[in-house]
Amino acid sequence: MSTTERLSGARAVRNGPVTALKIYLLRHVQTLVYALGQLSSRPFSTLMTAAVIGIALALPAGLHVLLGNARAVTTGWDGATQISVFLNAGVSEARGRALAEELRTRDIAAAHYVSRDEALEEFRRLSGFGDALQALEDNPLPAVIVLRPVLADSDAAGIGALLERLRAHPEVERAQLDMEWVKRLYAIMEMARRGVWVLGALLSLAVLLVVGNTIRLAIQNRRDEIVLTKLIGGTDAFVRRPFLYSGLWYGLAGGLLALLLVAASLWLLAGPARELATLYQSQFRLQGLAAADAGLVLLAGAALGLAGSWLAVGRHLRDIEPT
Amino acid sequence: MIRLTNVSKRYPGGFEALKDVSLHLAPGEMAFLTGHSGAGKSTLLKLVALIERSSNGQVVVKGQNLAKVSRRGIPGHRRNIGIIFQDYRLLFDRTVFDNVALPLVIAGQSAHEIGKRVRAALDKVGLLGKERMYPITLSGGEQQRVAIARAVVSKPALILADEPTGNLDPAMARDIMGIFEEFQRVGVSVLVATHDIPLIETLPHRIVQLHQGRLVADTGARP
Repeated sequence: MSTTERLSGARAVRNGPVTALKIYLLRHVQTLVYALGQLSSRPFSTLMTAAVIGIALALPAGLHVLLGNARAVTTGWDGATQISVFLNAGVSEARGRALAEELRTRDIAAAHYVSRDEALEEFRRLSGFGDALQALEDNPLPAVIVLRPVLADSDAAGIGALLERLRAHPEVERAQLDMEWVKRLYAIMEMARRGVWVLGALLSLAVLLVVGNTIRLAIQNRRDEIVLTKLIGGTDAFVRRPFLYSGLWYGLAGGLLALLLVAASLWLLAGPARELATLYQSQFRLQGLAAADAGLVLLAGAALGLAGSWLAVGRHLRDIEPT
Repeated sequence: MIRLTNVSKRYPGGFEALKDVSLHLAPGEMAFLTGHSGAGKSTLLKLVALIERSSNGQVVVKGQNLAKVSRRGIPGHRRNIGIIFQDYRLLFDRTVFDNVALPLVIAGQSAHEIGKRVRAALDKVGLLGKERMYPITLSGGEQQRVAIARAVVSKPALILADEPTGNLDPAMARDIMGIFEEFQRVGVSVLVATHDIPLIETLPHRIVQLHQGRLVADTGARP
């Protein structure tokens, strides 16, 4: 008995709490690196899984970027409420300019007169129907004064009164608030934004299932190793750890691929977008994914990977016991 | 070290692998467990390692009643036992060193401690210098010696071996038993299930015989 006791006593080399914590953290780092090594030893299948995750994450992230750009383009449109005042055909250009000056003195911040010839020229340039206009004998376009009221667009009553006043003017044929279509556009964009969230939620679920299934297969492939580890005293946590970290890596790699895909797509779109902006005489340039959003994509990938592997591990690891 | 009192094991379906077995293995004692396949040798070892639980009776290991060990306590219990299998159960994607180190890694030992102990264990089984090799490049006897090094690297007070020489030729089998005897000499309890009667009769250790789940013969300690 004495020999044995000495032996088992010798076995118990106790580490202090600080050393134990250091070893514990070191083990985690080692497992993290080990899991990465395992994945990189099968680069093709790892890349396949990461690509599926990447595409699933890239879709909502890319749409989010496009929406952000759409918002950047339309920013300020609702703030600058415009009123188009179409003048009677009989009003001369000199009178029109004078009228614009008159209107500015009231509660109007800016008034810009566009003559019939200028209107025709602008239409020819922007519409692409220049040739069709050649067929017309007469200039069909009226002169217009573009007004920017001091009132905020939220002041519906004030705007309404202003419109009434303008319409009552004898030289004015029609006064029109250029807001309805902006409101519709905003409603459409709000719907698209919701749509992106719904799509994001669905695709996140897909990522969860993809990672879960991949980890389930990995668990099956390493069944013998799991059994052995449990036989020589490995705890559930010890057995679980490499799989959880694999899931984390899959998710991170997927997030990284998603960022690359979004960047590549934006690069492909940048040229045409610039041309389009030029056609609209805008200085607009396509914006990429903001750093914070990029971080969010990576974080989402990592979190989904971890959660997916946790699901698989929770379901399948307990079933594997030595027999 | 091990005390079984009126132990029975009945599997679902009604098959009774052990019937009313009582057995005591003293600390530092080495014993062979023999009998035909199906006699209950493996089942007995599984009860001690808590791979199975007894249907009736009491199994006490190192003073611990195993019925009182919860599922969460099983890993801790197994770390006190070195287990050796007929099919070695090595991990073929890892080096000899990493295979032997596994129990220490599980137990959370420092890298320095692991290196020291793994080399000591490999030295004891005569494989020092092969630590960087992969198990697939080793012979059957060498693989089993790696498995033994893994079983003893955490210095357990009890070694269980289930048909450790089943796949080996007689010379290698004798070699392996010699290693077990060395551990027994320094105070480790060793319980070996085997049906290699010719070999164990040449060795001066206790032989316990099972037949259809019953303990039918026990030589006691032999001179």
